[in-house]
Amino acid sequence: MSITSYNGSALIAMVGKNCFAIASDRRLGVQFQTIATDFQRIFEIHETLYVGLSGLATDVQTMYQRLKFRHKLYNLREERNMRPETFASLVSAMLYEKRFGPYFCEPIIAGLNEDGTPFICTTDLIGAKQLSKDFVVSGTASESLYGACESMYKPNLEPEELFETISQALLSSVDRDCISGWGGIVHVVSADQVITRTLKGRMD
Amino acid sequence: MGDSQYSFSLTTFSPSGKLVQIEYALTAVGAGQTSLGIKASNGVVIATEKKLPSILVDENSVHKIQLITPNIGVAYSGMGPDSRVLVRKSRKQAQQYKRLYHEPIPLSQLVRETAAVMQEFTQSGGVRPFGVSLLMAGFDDNGPQLYQVDPSGSYFSWKASAIGKNVSNAKTFLEKRYTDDMELEDAIHTAILTLKEGFEGQISGKNIEIGIVDASRKFRVLTPAEVDDYLAEVE
Repeated sequence: MSITSYNGSALIAMVGKNCFAIASDRRLGVQFQTIATDFQRIFEIHETLYVGLSGLATDVQTMYQRLKFRHKLYNLREERNMRPETFASLVSAMLYEKRFGPYFCEPIIAGLNEDGTPFICTTDLIGAKQLSKDFVVSGTASESLYGACESMYKPNLEPEELFETISQALLSSVDRDCISGWGGIVHVVSADQVITRTLKGRMD
Repeated sequence: MGDSQYSFSLTTFSPSGKLVQIEYALTAVGAGQTSLGIKASNGVVIATEKKLPSILVDENSVHKIQLITPNIGVAYSGMGPDSRVLVRKSRKQAQQYKRLYHEPIPLSQLVRETAAVMQEFTQSGGVRPFGVSLLMAGFDDNGPQLYQVDPSGSYFSWKASAIGKNVSNAKTFLEKRYTDDMELEDAIHTAILTLKEGFEGQISGKNIEIGIVDASRKFRVLTPAEVDDYLAEVE
């Protein structure tokens, strides 16, 4: 049993035209037993910055709480929101602090820069950043997710098309992974609005 | 850190509500060589007197204006060695910020952290306050900025300010000359004229130091030759 596949998870973020989408599955399990079907893996840091965390559920929650804390302090001190790249550097630094006793979670960070261009990146559990122009994936279903994204992704999709693409990629991948699934949630973020939709897939 | 009987803070309140050590620190600053800074619309200039104790001192080895980051510089009035400690700490803080966020530290944040260090030394046992006021100048995402930090740890953002000897004359001069739409070149000339006002002896590129930062966000100290050129322009 691997610690990163104890709870099961699937996460994607994709870049669109002046927008981005971030999606995750909703299952929380204890190995093969499903405990919850409404587990939150994607969190809002500020209006145009979201972080999704895959891996061990307790670390998902703790990492989110720590990141929220750091961002709130930053906001109070600097009187502005963090830029997505800055936030990614912060996540990377915080994970590396625990290099020899890491958090078992692999975050994906998705945000809009001040000029409206989307930014996505992922890091491994000890903070190695990986920037991407098109999509990033994370979780137990990551191999299927990579395949699905690679074949379904097109650049410069409008928010509605991006929603379709990311949803299909997510649902088809979690069907190939027994410990992720039980529905999905997708946030499509543009400069002026966020549309959040839940997905009903194979509820198993 | 001293005998337990005498390990009380030197900064205990006086009956009038003042911290006498800080007052004395400010006096030390007021006896120091004049420094001033002017914020222009497109940059900041800081300048300081560089009177050396003897003509035998190698003036090229003395750097009164120092870089904290590529886009932030600092001048001081008061005790040189105290300023070096603060410059060292500020440089470290700026680098830590950079390591964490991969972004250059905004000047206001650096000033806040430096001021916090100075305040620590007014509320700890067995230490004395720093005997310097700093003028920190920089150009970041919020444009050109000039801050003054005092031994008490208070800091202020200025359009133009002077510290050290001759402060009141210098400030009066600056008040008359300062305009909001001043450009960096004008500001440099005004800075030189202000220094000249209270300067004892012949002013030259060897006994003043000028640092500027413009929209290129690169702070640099002018060479004595460049300073002499500006001095000639001002004549």
